[in-house]
Amino acid sequence: MEIKVLGPGCPRCQQTEKVVMQALAEAGVAANVEKVTDMMKIAGYGVMGTPAVVIDGEVKSVGKIPNKEDVKSWLK
Amino acid sequence: MKPDENNNDCHDMVISARTKSEIAMPMRSTFAMHLAASALLIALWWLIYMNLATFAGLFTQMLANLTGFSVSSHLGSAVAFFVFETPKVLMLLTLVVFGVGIVRSFFTPERTRAILAGKRESAGNVLASVLGIVTPFCSCSAVPLFLGFVTTGVPLGVTFSFLIAAPMVNEIALVLLYGLFGWKVAAIYMGTGLSIAVVAGWVIGRLKMERHLEEWVFQIQAGKLDLADGPKDWTARIRYGIEAVRDIVGKVWLYVMLGIAVGAGIHGYVPEGFMAAFMGKSAWWSVPLSVLIGIPMYSNAAGIIPIVQALLGKGAALGTVLAFMMSVIALSLPEMIILRKVLKPRLIATFIGVVGTGILLVGYIFNFLM
Repeated sequence: MEIKVLGPGCPRCQQTEKVVMQALAEAGVAANVEKVTDMMKIAGYGVMGTPAVVIDGEVKSVGKIPNKEDVKSWLK
Repeated sequence: MKPDENNNDCHDMVISARTKSEIAMPMRSTFAMHLAASALLIALWWLIYMNLATFAGLFTQMLANLTGFSVSSHLGSAVAFFVFETPKVLMLLTLVVFGVGIVRSFFTPERTRAILAGKRESAGNVLASVLGIVTPFCSCSAVPLFLGFVTTGVPLGVTFSFLIAAPMVNEIALVLLYGLFGWKVAAIYMGTGLSIAVVAGWVIGRLKMERHLEEWVFQIQAGKLDLADGPKDWTARIRYGIEAVRDIVGKVWLYVMLGIAVGAGIHGYVPEGFMAAFMGKSAWWSVPLSVLIGIPMYSNAAGIIPIVQALLGKGAALGTVLAFMMSVIALSLPEMIILRKVLKPRLIATFIGVVGTGILLVGYIFNFLM
């Protein structure tokens, strides 16, 4: 499972990464988590807000810190 | 930061409570509960707000008795200002952010982009400026949003109108201005802010500065995402509003208190009419000076309003103070630095120049009229 957290590095983006890591740990799922801070790459996903979460190429959340329960549901 | 950790815990609690109530009760009861709770809280808010002056006065007197300063001294004056303004501003902030959160739950950047794509200039500029107020937008999203707009058919000038209106015509600023100075000042601020956004965006569009975007912008294959985003029913909208309060007020309250403290200092210690010397009407250079001072400063709207109030109270002219406020909020150095990734220096300079000129004009017009 490939997870990308998109964001230029503001506190909300770091918080999003934390939530994703916590969800992974609690769900017991192994995944590759990559933080994408390059604006060019971020724009390439077509998102217009950060932070954003992309799982296996599909954009799951845009513009807000996702809820840990929501993240867990995407991991299934 | 601590508030974020609390957010997560609260979220888990809210979610499990919601699941339980959805299993145990039909959806309408949850909505009725939310509505009743909201109504009750708003009534409570109103009650406290109407009696704030009395409470604050009593509290200040109490402090004075305890620590021995006199209420009519400089210190006493500053403390009275602080004790009254802090709960007042924070309460107004909470109510407004909640209300605007609910309005914002109806809008998303994707929907705004869809509305604006391909619109002509002029009409597009006006629409973009108005949408800039109601579309949820965090300044760290400036670059992705800019790119998303520009690469999918929204004209450059129209995008700029959006980017200028969004931070400047800030709901926090509007309601605080209303609460402190009355609806006229708030309406003036909104009207002139929108006008600057429309005209500046239009001017930038006319200057045909598309060449001044960084090259890589044109190489982006920005997809058109259509996430069915945003809350769908009223219970979710109310929760969106509450989340906005936790999020925004949680981030901003310290700046607000600092702003009030500075305002209190000015209120208590700066002599009456002192500000008139260099921010008053007769000093023609006061307007450009305020705009210049405002550029490197950045404050969210909530923090700057108490300073604005204190300045006005000491004789500063309304136009000068409005110009200062707009300059601080709209011409934000941090945002410029972020936008440098997509805009070439010429375009950034043009942006600052056009918006700065607009703010200058507003300042002069108001000094002249008032």
